[in-house]
Amino acid sequence: MRVFAVAEINFGELDPVSVELLNLANTIKGDGSAEAVVIGSSISSHAEKLAKYADKVWKIEDASLENYNPELYVDVLLQLFQKEKPDVVLIANSSRGSEYAPLLATKLNAPIVTDIVGLDVSDGVKATRYIFQGKLLVDVLVKQADTYVFTVRQGVFKEEKQASGEVVDAGIKPSVTPKREFSQIIEPEAGEVDITQADIIVSVGRGIEDASNIELAEELAELLGGVVAGSRPVIDNGWLPKDRQVGISGKTVKPKLYLALGISGAFQHIMGMKDSELIIAINKDPEAPIFGVAQYGVVGDIFEVVPALIDKLREIKG
Amino acid sequence: MNIIVLAKHAADPESEIRVSSDGKSVDEKGLVFDINDWDRYAVEEAIRLKEEHGGEVVVVGVGYSDDTLRKCLAMGADRAIKIPLDAGMDSYRTALAIKEAISGESFDLILAGLMSQDYNNALVGVLLAGMLDIPFATAVTSIKVEDGKIRVVRELEGGYGEENVLPLPALVTVQSGINEPRYVSIMGIKRAKSKELREVGVEVGEGFIEVEKVYTPPVKKAEMIEGAPEEIAEKLIQILKDRGLI
Ligand SMILES: Cc1cc2nc3c(=O)[nH]c(=O)nc-3n(C[C@H](O)[C@H](O)[C@H](O)COP(=O)(O)OP(=O)(O)OC[C@H]3O[C@@H](n4cnc5c(N)ncnc54)[C@H](O)[C@@H]3O)c2cc1C
Repeated sequence: MRVFAVAEINFGELDPVSVELLNLANTIKGDGSAEAVVIGSSISSHAEKLAKYADKVWKIEDASLENYNPELYVDVLLQLFQKEKPDVVLIANSSRGSEYAPLLATKLNAPIVTDIVGLDVSDGVKATRYIFQGKLLVDVLVKQADTYVFTVRQGVFKEEKQASGEVVDAGIKPSVTPKREFSQIIEPEAGEVDITQADIIVSVGRGIEDASNIELAEELAELLGGVVAGSRPVIDNGWLPKDRQVGISGKTVKPKLYLALGISGAFQHIMGMKDSELIIAINKDPEAPIFGVAQYGVVGDIFEVVPALIDKLREIKG
Repeated sequence: MNIIVLAKHAADPESEIRVSSDGKSVDEKGLVFDINDWDRYAVEEAIRLKEEHGGEVVVVGVGYSDDTLRKCLAMGADRAIKIPLDAGMDSYRTALAIKEAISGESFDLILAGLMSQDYNNALVGVLLAGMLDIPFATAVTSIKVEDGKIRVVRELEGGYGEENVLPLPALVTVQSGINEPRYVSIMGIKRAKSKELREVGVEVGEGFIEVEKVYTPPVKKAEMIEGAPEEIAEKLIQILKDRGLI
């Protein structure tokens, strides 16, 4: 089986998920090959790095590929895949990967399954993915096809599988003028508090129910000498500023204590806080996925537990 | 500006989710259905664009979607198209059905939610754009109309964004937080009653996936702390003390 992994490059850097895609490729290729594709401008060092995990690395280099554009990415990939017929194409389930992968699939007339966390090609093609925001898993059988496209969840295929491949210049240039034009990168907004530097974070989720209840978290954070952060819905609702969002599209934090209040533990949130030294979660749902990453868990109502905690802390502080 | 907006009647992930006895689907008992959260933002954005630039908003739903389509009409959409097809988890069939159903419509923009809250595939929008061969952008957090074009910001990881300009017609999938969706007013509900909800039957062939098994993920469990709130508070404080955190 020929398995192609399309590397993910962000701001000129090779994203670690690129190696994870090759780890998966090496697991499923059988006696076939794991091949990487790197697209961009000035990408030689990335290609060299990937060669340690691939049987072959295809380099598609052009000044017009410096900024990601889905139409250009799909155009150059189609040119490569017309010659080098892939059985399986693996793409990161990132903001960019998940955008161009479905277009590539339509053009290749290939079935696509997104955000996979498992792939078995030993007897037909079977992919595993989460549904209902992490509450259930599903195994889907994919109809027989010449080529399959998958987007792969990051952080799953971490076990490194070494190889030693050669880097080949694919000699491909974009052949279309994209309709969509890249204009600029927009930097994250900077606020007064930098949650990435905090030792103690009291983080609130949708369970906090209302902007006025944020006070409760603030009081607790102050007593603990920490800061307040939140999950995405809290920020979407305008209860906390954007720079306090923890997660894949927010900040990655690594405090000594992460106290998760009324947060379900969706993958996108976990990605931003899983490396905290101590995670304590309070949630009224005993099945909440957050208990899968926390060291200590409390099944309870935050409006009962947090006030009790505040009272006890006040007693101690006198 | 004529806008087509896609809206799914989807189960809320916060409702009680259990695997059916056949082990291949989700038990519908206990599920609470409503407009897919991401689509709520898309409908709001469509109505705002219409309020600013004129035109028409047509909302499209696949499968049983009457309640959601009515809600969108009450929010301010002009008419609705319902496609009676049970596509299950197969986004390809959903996208193909929408393509067929809107083939007689003229539009400048198609808006969809980034993904659906039940199956989280994030596919229908881009597959449709690919089938229609129109430019697209996903996970959009801002849309500005500039003659014959739109300027969008799409979300990247880590709080970054990227700005792109797309000629119309185009398709955009919106990320949560792009706006503040309005509540459905009584007046809106009244007015919605007289709006058109048309059913369009389409034939789509087989899809490309078949569900083999649905199951509960194994979770590594945290050490659970139990008791009355005061006892829990005391135990938590002990843990923090032991770690030198207080
Ligand atoms: C592309 C993309 C990027 C994303 N980026 C991020 C990101 O960076 N960060 C992020 O957080 N999310 C992100 N999300 C959203 C993510 O998928 C989830 O929707 C989100 O994390 C859920 O937030 P939550 O846990 O606060 O809310 P919910 O999932 O609604 O959970 C609320 C929890 O509170 C509990 N609860 C309710 N009331 C109480 C109470 N009184 N006491 C105790 N517990 C209570 C409930 O049991 C539930 O578990 C992203 C999604 C996408 C698609």
